Amino acid sequence: MFWTSWFLAALAITLAWPAPVLLSRAGWPARAPFSAMVLWQAIALAGGLSMIGAMLCYGLVPLGGSLSSGLHGLLRVVSGQQSLDTLGPVHAFALSAAALLSAHLVFTLWLTYFRINRQRSRHRDLLNLLSSPSRDRPDTLVINHEAPVAYCLPGGSRSVTVLSDGLMTLLSPEELHAVLLHEQTHLAQRHHLLLWAFAAWRSALPWLPTSRLAQRAVSSLIEIMADDVALRSVGKSTLVAAIALVASGPARLPAAELVGGGAEQIDTPATTSARLGRLLTPAPALGAGTQAAVVAAALLLLAVPTALLLVPGILA
Amino acid sequence: MATLGDLERAVMDLLWEHPEAITANTLRDLLSQRPSATEADSRPLAVTTVLTVLSRLEKKGLVERERATRPHRYRAVTSRADHTAELMLEVLGSAPDREAVLARFIGTVSEGEAETLRKLLGRD
Repeated sequence: MFWTSWFLAALAITLAWPAPVLLSRAGWPARAPFSAMVLWQAIALAGGLSMIGAMLCYGLVPLGGSLSSGLHGLLRVVSGQQSLDTLGPVHAFALSAAALLSAHLVFTLWLTYFRINRQRSRHRDLLNLLSSPSRDRPDTLVINHEAPVAYCLPGGSRSVTVLSDGLMTLLSPEELHAVLLHEQTHLAQRHHLLLWAFAAWRSALPWLPTSRLAQRAVSSLIEIMADDVALRSVGKSTLVAAIALVASGPARLPAAELVGGGAEQIDTPATTSARLGRLLTPAPALGAGTQAAVVAAALLLLAVPTALLLVPGILA
Repeated sequence: MATLGDLERAVMDLLWEHPEAITANTLRDLLSQRPSATEADSRPLAVTTVLTVLSRLEKKGLVERERATRPHRYRAVTSRADHTAELMLEVLGSAPDREAVLARFIGTVSEGEAETLRKLLGRD
């Protein structure tokens, strides 16, 4: 148990700092967005698991040789069959920290979900009053505004894609089709769930490099994935034109001045440049073998802390 | 049969057209005069239905009630243009969770980058 806790702590530190920094600087994620996405999720999950696991195991050391015997011991202490003195202040502190961190993570996840849902439903209320359904496209709303804007609002069966009048006059029908395919991919692949989880991870542990880097990487990877799906049906030059036209459009409008500057933006301008750069000077996709290896590494990353916690005596 | 959502929309449209506060009775009359009302639903609209819709809109913060006179008069809290501006600000803005609330085709672009793109596209 003692060595397990130290090994988990080392893993937690690796996943909190060096691993995400290296991954965020690597060039290959743009060439294998799906594998990179799996890896980021594994880093976040394994990081959280080893963080909590390390404190839990360390705290349980005086009570038993494995997680289950330690937890049984804890139950005896809590129910008064065993004295609290067997635990000692340091181990008791580690156990409380583990419990607090778990509660904090779960609570933040729930709170973020609640806040996002409330904002979405308020937005949907206003949309229902201000927009009109597109005549020839299902699940698409058109809003009367000169800024060229396209976005999707997830919400199960009520998911919609919203286009502005400004966008429809700016883009050709082909380019508009590319934009719609991009947005529909966000909805079809449930990208909002990823954004939710990583937004919660970030607001729970904002001081951790991994949570900030992961959120940034994930929001850029979903754009790449949506672009890739759109490219199956439209030409590359069409998508490039659509991105460039929309990106160069709204900066001149008063709304952009109102919102520019101030708070830190998550989808940094770098995302748009990176998308365009990737389309204009394409790098070949990572080989299938390498991609499989990345996914396997991600699964291993999850399996190691899980096995250390559940299988007794691995690191006796 | 028109849904509550359709009715909310129709009521808001009318309130935006009439900036002076109006009563639920007047609203009912105006709603029945709409050309689309007759073809969608031939039954006359009850004032209680209009009142239900109005209280829903009031709860959402879109409609306010003047209680000084009886019957109460209703008006839109802000104009249609202001609501659209609010919506667009939410879309274009940089609220912390905006990314997770809705996914935009293009994120916020700096003025310098937009300039480069305009040159690339050959527009001024």
